[in-house]
Order: sequence, then structure tokens, then C-alpha cells
Amino acid sequence: MALLQISEPGQTTAPHQHKLAVGIDLGTTNSLVATVRSGQADVLADESGNRILPSVVRYQKEIAPQVGQVAKDAAPTDPMNTIMSVKRYLGRGLDDIKKKEFISYNFSKTDSVVPRFHTVAGEVSPVEVSADILKVLRKRAEASLGGELTGAVITVPAYFDDAQRQATKDAARLAGINVLRLLNEPTAAAVAYGLDKKAEGVIVIYDLGGGTFDVSILRLNKGVFEVMATAGDSALGGDDMDAVIAGWLMQQAGIDIESDQAQMRRLMHEARRLKEALTDSDCVDISIERMDGSVWQGELKRDQMNELIDALIRKTISPCRRALRDAGITTDDIKDVVMVGGSTRVPRVREKVEEFFGKPALVNIDPDEVVAVGAAIQADVLAGNKPDDEMLLLDVIPLSLGLETMGGLVEKLIHRNTTIPVARAQEFTTYKDGQTAMSLLVVQGEREMVQDCRSLARFSLHDIPPMVAGAARIRVTFQVDADGLLSVEAEELTSGVRNSIEVKPSYGLEDGEVEQMLRDSIDHATDDMEARRLREQQVEAERVIEALQAALEKDGDRYLSNEEREKIDQALSGLQQAQQGEDPQSIKTAVKILEKTCDAYVEKRMNSSIQEAMSGHKVTDFEP
Amino acid sequence: MSFDLSSDYFSLFGLPVSYSIDGEVLTQKYRELQQVVHPDRFANASEKERRLSLQYTTYLNEAIRVLKDPLTRARYLLELKGIKWDDEQSTLSDPVFLMQQMELRESLSEVREQSDPFAAVADIIAKVTAIIRSNTLELEALLQSDNQDDWMVAKNQVRKMQFLNKMISEAEALEAELEDS
Repeated sequence: MALLQISEPGQTTAPHQHKLAVGIDLGTTNSLVATVRSGQADVLADESGNRILPSVVRYQKEIAPQVGQVAKDAAPTDPMNTIMSVKRYLGRGLDDIKKKEFISYNFSKTDSVVPRFHTVAGEVSPVEVSADILKVLRKRAEASLGGELTGAVITVPAYFDDAQRQATKDAARLAGINVLRLLNEPTAAAVAYGLDKKAEGVIVIYDLGGGTFDVSILRLNKGVFEVMATAGDSALGGDDMDAVIAGWLMQQAGIDIESDQAQMRRLMHEARRLKEALTDSDCVDISIERMDGSVWQGELKRDQMNELIDALIRKTISPCRRALRDAGITTDDIKDVVMVGGSTRVPRVREKVEEFFGKPALVNIDPDEVVAVGAAIQADVLAGNKPDDEMLLLDVIPLSLGLETMGGLVEKLIHRNTTIPVARAQEFTTYKDGQTAMSLLVVQGEREMVQDCRSLARFSLHDIPPMVAGAARIRVTFQVDADGLLSVEAEELTSGVRNSIEVKPSYGLEDGEVEQMLRDSIDHATDDMEARRLREQQVEAERVIEALQAALEKDGDRYLSNEEREKIDQALSGLQQAQQGEDPQSIKTAVKILEKTCDAYVEKRMNSSIQEAMSGHKVTDFEP
Repeated sequence: MSFDLSSDYFSLFGLPVSYSIDGEVLTQKYRELQQVVHPDRFANASEKERRLSLQYTTYLNEAIRVLKDPLTRARYLLELKGIKWDDEQSTLSDPVFLMQQMELRESLSEVREQSDPFAAVADIIAKVTAIIRSNTLELEALLQSDNQDDWMVAKNQVRKMQFLNKMISEAEALEAELEDS
């Protein structure tokens, strides 16, 4: 049967059409977006040619938020409405934040555990601030690529926990971005480095950014990037160096600790300038204006700065040691040590890393751009632009996942550095006669006591049939997907009562909250929501149709009887008809019907490709 | 899970059901299978395909994890032979082994008081590693046997290895603490 070809002006349904997919590095200090064009990965610039977007958002009354350099410039004069380093707050609770930070904001008191910055434009959560940054990158990409994005790979620190990953995904959703994958930053860097330098063997990625530190050990083998171990600190980076230098400045200049936030921003800014200047010179002059207008002048030598930041650098070395141990290797097994992240420009960092690994640290790749470039390469593969590519990323979970048991102890179900996706089940029982409900606390971390780990979510299993203590059998299953996100299912085995949750972390936003934000955001208010939904469904339908047509063409005859084929064709033209209509719901339904009709076919295809891989032959090898 | 592909982890990788395995073949086959089933191959596919891919990859990762580690491999092999594990109830009744364990535990708890705690902990790790190595060799012989009695001995051996492995991880955790302090 001849399949209907639907084309709108400016669009084509040609098979293997190049999909617009990007990689986004959502950094603490700077963010970037990159894509692969004609086989070449490039960072995309804005209309003025800037490749880097400072991760700073300024909120003002009744106008859209400013993002980037303009906002950054306004930080010293409008400190409370200008949010910098928002990544440090993403996926964290107010309790985490109360711990002393050099820079502070006004947080609103709300019922939610999610912190909300109080600004003149109202309250904004870290997810919304991040979404505002992502929106700018999305628009930049769409403007420079000339079309709607199929999706994006967004990078996260490898050491991000479940709550922080979930928050990143929520931010992307809020920004109208389809997330193809959350990719760990050091893994992205390894991809870019590995492909560029055609590296093979064991490499270490030491990634010290503005607010996060990761170290990953990978084995590179013919396009397979296998993470052996990862470790880090998701609240350690260049910002912390700036803060200790700023603290020293205050002490030297006799500036009161109770200074206002505008003064603190200026000090941080100055600290950063000194740190950067000391990359190339041994000494730098300082001149600081105090609140009363008087000026303090002095200098900072590199040795002095090294002394100030040494403790912070030391904090990156223990994770390196732990990663080596978890990977089961010694420094002798390592081929290359690759430096990533702006903070690795600090000479002292390089010195200490080289000292620990006993080999030169490679600084021959752009530490700012490499993560975005790696993400773009992965996005290109995931979007299906390179059907024959052999690149494969095998990543791990950075922190152990467990459940609270009696006495506040943690029972670990999945250990850190296990390759993902992974699932693990464990049985528990009731401890009281007639107990009909059970509450489960999901935690993440390495410590033995619940209070020392991150509480991710609490959920309950109800309607357990009353039995004597110890008779019920409750099986809890943890599943971690390729994004490193956890879902949990609990089932009482004797009765079949089950309850499953997507782990919406205690520190995350409720589903309803994200919806509400979508409705509230200035951007979407001007959008016609209906039109947007219709467009989304049409794009989705197109994707489904294309994928199916390609599959049918390849092996439809082999796996389908005439009758089965007819049913699929029917459902397919049903979808094609719906797609031309104006009702998003009926397109959605038609997609569901088509996918349901194809279930058996899909399963057959997958099973046979696995059989092929197992036997090392292609099914077609056996055909006459 | 509708994974009707194979009856056991070994055949999944085209390996004979045996304690000694060819690590090269295992890794190579694992990568080939991942190329086919990994979620990255289905990022843009239907929901059904994505779900199947997640299930298959999860299964594959579990399979290689079990086969790669000599201890879990032995456990799994004994399970295939019909041996049941009732970890909670059974206790080890090997006085020589228990005594050895107590001594090792004692020296582990005294590491911090030693003049060179690093050397002390390294010494313990070396000792336990040596015991594990000789146990692995014994296990290999026992698991090749067709005799049920040998399997029961193997079962005990596996349980001893679990203790030893736990001790290694405790010693390593202590070593990490020493290094970081």
C-alpha cells in the first residue's frame, strides 16, 4: 500500500531527515548549547557572537527576566533580584541552604520544602530560574538552527543525587524542552575528548566547575565509554574559592561581616578577578572601596592564594582516591588525566592533581566547552541521526540507594557505582499483628544512619491484609533508568496489593506545581496553549509514523502476517488522518491505538535482534 | 519480565555453565548485546520499545554483575544446581574459620592504635585477600564436581567468602577514613 505523505510548507517527511537535537551544559557559572552540523560539533553563539551564557537571571517588575551578561552586570547593584549560581540550590531543601553560604538571598516562607527566592517579580523557585536560563538556550538554538528542537541532552554533575536530577528535568520541561537524556558531565567530556583524540584505555576526568566537583574513571574501547566509578561533591567549586578569597579581603580591608549584600557581591566579584589574574601572574594589586567611601589598597600573591584554597583542593583529592578504589585500579593503570571545568585553570589545582595521579594533567581541550560538545554528540546519536553509529555510553549511579529499616538504619538496595539501568528488589515484612499499612522511606547516600543520608521520598503501602507479624511479604523494587532516576514499587506478595511511585523527591516540586508554573509563566501566557499542545501532538505523531514506516520497510514482511499488517496499516492511516485534524486529544488517542496495535510486532523485532546479537549472526544470514 | 531468551545468565553470553569463565568473551558479548538493547538506541522509539529496552538492559546488567564477581557467580551457580539460600537462619559452624575471623576483626579494631595504621590495615587486606584467593581455588574444584555433597561444602565456602568480602570492604572503608583524616 502506498503510504500517505503529508507535508506542510517548509517541512518534509523524508525518511532519515536530520533531527534538530542539541546538547546543553547547564552550569553553575556559565551555560552553553551545542549541536552537531554536517558531522561537526559546534557551540552555538547568540546574535552578538557570544558562545557562553552566564547562568545569571535578574527579575524585575512586570517585565520578562533578564538572562546572561546583562543580568550578571546588574548583580552588584540589584543583588536580591539577581540570582547567581542557582545550580547550588537546585533540588535542595531550605535546610541544606541555611548552612552558611557567603552569598545569600531572601527566601520566602512557604509550606513547601522547596526554597523560593523572594524577588520584586514575585517568588521564584530554583527550578524556574534554571528554566529561564534553559529557555534562552532553547531559543538561541532554534534561531540558529531554523526549526523546532526534537530534543536535548542536558548535562548534570555525575554526583547529583536523585532530587537534583529530577529538578533539572523539571526545569527542562518548564522551558519546553524534550529531554532525550540527562548525561553526566564528566561522561560528556569523555565523549568529546575520546572521539577527538581517538583515545582508548582508562582515562580520568577531573571536573571542577563553579559549584560542583566530579571525578569519573572511564574505560574507552572502540566507541564504548564505560564508566568504572565516579565520585565527587555536588557543593564544591570555584565559587567556594572565591568565597574564601573574599573572606580574606574582608579581613584585610577591615570590612564588617555584617556588610550588605551589594558589598558582598562586589567582594565576590573582586575575589574572582584576583583568582583569575593569579593564573598567569604571581602577584596582583587590589583596591577596595569600603562602605564609608574610604579605600583599602593591598596585594595578593599566588602563594598566599594557594594557602587559602588548599583545603578546598584537598577536598577534591579524597573523592579521587575513592573513585580509584571503587574502580579497582591504581594510578598506574591510568592513561590520561583530563581536566574539565573552568576552575581547573587555577595552577594550584593542576599541581595537586598531577601530584596525586603522578602524571601530567591534560589541559589541551577547552575546559568550558567540552561538556556541551560531548552532550551534542550524544544528542545527535539519540535523535537517530547516526543509525549506524557504534557509540555507547555505559554510566553508573553515583550514590547508593536504600530504605530505612528498624532503628533508623539504612538497608542499601543499590550500591554506588553500579551500572545503570539497574533494578533490585528486597523483601520486608510486618512487625505487628494485624498491621495493614507500611511506610517506606527512600534514602540516598553512603552512611549507615538515615539521618546522615539524603531522604528522597516517603511513601506507604496500604490495604495489606491483616496477618500475624512477620507473615506478610512486601517486596520493594528499585528501578534506576538511564537518566539515573529512581522509581520505586512495593507489592504485598501474598495478596498482590501494590503501590508504585515515581520518586518525586521530598525536595522536589509536586506534579501540580510544575503544571501551575507552566500556566503561570509569562512566556506561555502569550502563547496560545491550545496551538502549542496541537503542535506537540503533531510532532509526536510524526515521530511515531516515521519510526514505524522505517521499521515496516525494513522487516515488516518478515514478522507480520497479511492480517497483522492490515491492522497496523489501518491504525497507521487512522493516525495520519487524526494528525491532519485540529484536535490534540484525538491525535494522542490515535498514537496510543497505533502503538497498541504494534505491540506484538515491536516485541518480535526486539527479541530477534537480541537473538541475532547473542548468536553473532543476523537473521538475514540464514535466508536463501 | 517476558525475557524468554535464555534459561540462565551464562547462555545469555554464549558461555558454558561453569565456574571458570572467559572474562574477555563475557565483556565482549556484553558490549555487543548492549549495542542492541541499550535505552540510547530507543531514545526516540515508542513507549513499548523504551520499556522493553529498559527491562532488557536491566537484566543484562544484572547478569554481568552476577557473573563477573567470583562470589556472586558461585552463589548463582549453586542456585542453578538447586541449592537454596536461607541467609537469615543458617549460621556457620566452623570453629577454625570463626576463630580466624575474630582475630582479624580484633586487629581491624586496633588499627588506629598502631604506630603505622596504614601498614596495619594494608596488612589485614593482604591477609584476607590471600584467604579469598585460596577459597576461590577450592570453590572452583568443588563446583566442577557432580557430587551433591561437594556442593554443600561449596555452599559453606561461599558463605565464608561473604564474611571475608565484608571484612575487605570494612577494611577499605577504614583505610579511606584514615586517608581522609
